[in-house]
Amino acid sequence: VSVMSDVLSEASEGSGDDSQELMTPAELIEKLEEAWLNEKFSPELLENKSEIVECVMEQLTHMEENLQRVKKGDLKASIHRMEIDRIRYVLSSYLRSRLQKIEKYFPHVLKKEKSRADGDPSYLSPEEFAFAKEYMANTETYLKNVALRHMPPNLQTVDFAKCVPEPSLDSFVFLRVKVQQENILVEPETDDQSEYAVDLEVGSQHLMRYRTIAPLVSNGAVQLI
Amino acid sequence: MFGEKAIELVRELDRIGDGQLPAFNEDGIRQVLEEMKALYEQNQSDVNEAKSEGASELIPTIKFRHCCLLRNQRCIAAYLYDRLLRVRALRWEYGSVLPTSVRFHMSAEELEWFNQYKKSLATYMRSLGGEEGLDITQDMKPPKSLYIEVRCVKDHGEFEIDDGTIILLKKNSQHFLPRWKCEHLIRQGVLEHVLS
Repeated sequence: VSVMSDVLSEASEGSGDDSQELMTPAELIEKLEEAWLNEKFSPELLENKSEIVECVMEQLTHMEENLQRVKKGDLKASIHRMEIDRIRYVLSSYLRSRLQKIEKYFPHVLKKEKSRADGDPSYLSPEEFAFAKEYMANTETYLKNVALRHMPPNLQTVDFAKCVPEPSLDSFVFLRVKVQQENILVEPETDDQSEYAVDLEVGSQHLMRYRTIAPLVSNGAVQLI
Repeated sequence: MFGEKAIELVRELDRIGDGQLPAFNEDGIRQVLEEMKALYEQNQSDVNEAKSEGASELIPTIKFRHCCLLRNQRCIAAYLYDRLLRVRALRWEYGSVLPTSVRFHMSAEELEWFNQYKKSLATYMRSLGGEEGLDITQDMKPPKSLYIEVRCVKDHGEFEIDDGTIILLKKNSQHFLPRWKCEHLIRQGVLEHVLS
């Protein structure tokens, strides 16, 4: 991390951007890594983190620009190059895992986004929303043209929400606690067990059903690992 | 047996395994559609008969045929959708231009879907961040080293690397290149990563 923050602070010197004053580059990368791991391990699509993505993209551009000025064959240059590659990998991987979930669960993702109340945080970024709509329309058109329109009149539609699997919220996830939690209700696993409450200590690690701690993931109290 | 041909379509994909795209079974689809047409027509006439003559003993048969129809529809949709997922994976594996050997197994409509998917993905990637966007089909693996040893599998011609140096990618020649510049060429099969 020390090398990373070194490179990043150098990169941000030139920018002097006001929107990022509250966050140092090292903190920004930490935020990106948190979002990345959460998205990678959570079964459902999480809220979009467009601000982080934009800031990181900006940083990458600055770093690339700074690199152009370093003279050829400088050892520092190749270390910085490596850092850029690593950050870009994390960013791409983060966006990829989101896109994969959007494609895999498109009817559910779109339904959730459309039924969202005004003012609630949106799950999809505007770009992702546009992508999901196109993906759905494309797939619908395809099925219609190839098969559905040749079927009997009462069978010419398919309910995607019923056919495409939903994310399994009951799957288990590993997590690390960042903010102390008390009285988290855990559903019984067997019939002879009853519901019980656990306290989650800061720094402790657990294996739990995603559904139980989903709100804690979205408010940042726990980190999926 | 009704539904037999439809389930055979699904089995065909299951048998061939993940990621493989067999030839589009147009004939199979047509046969199922024909079966559905026949079932539907029989049902129509039975429904009319049941209505006009009050032949309630026909109702179980009508229900049975309707279930067969639903099952056939479900199987066709599953077959087509599962193929689309495989077609989608091709975009990530080969890039936006597919080798002829792969395209050969796709139907015209699948190719159309693929092109539309390609376009949506490109629009999405362009919209990321600044003016240039971000190609997220790159950087598929965490970077381990900056430069890698690659061997040319086929002639590719001249190739410019970041600092402006131009190298000639000739068949069987070996180069030490920046990883981020050759990822695409490796996936296209022009270069081969040499592991020491």
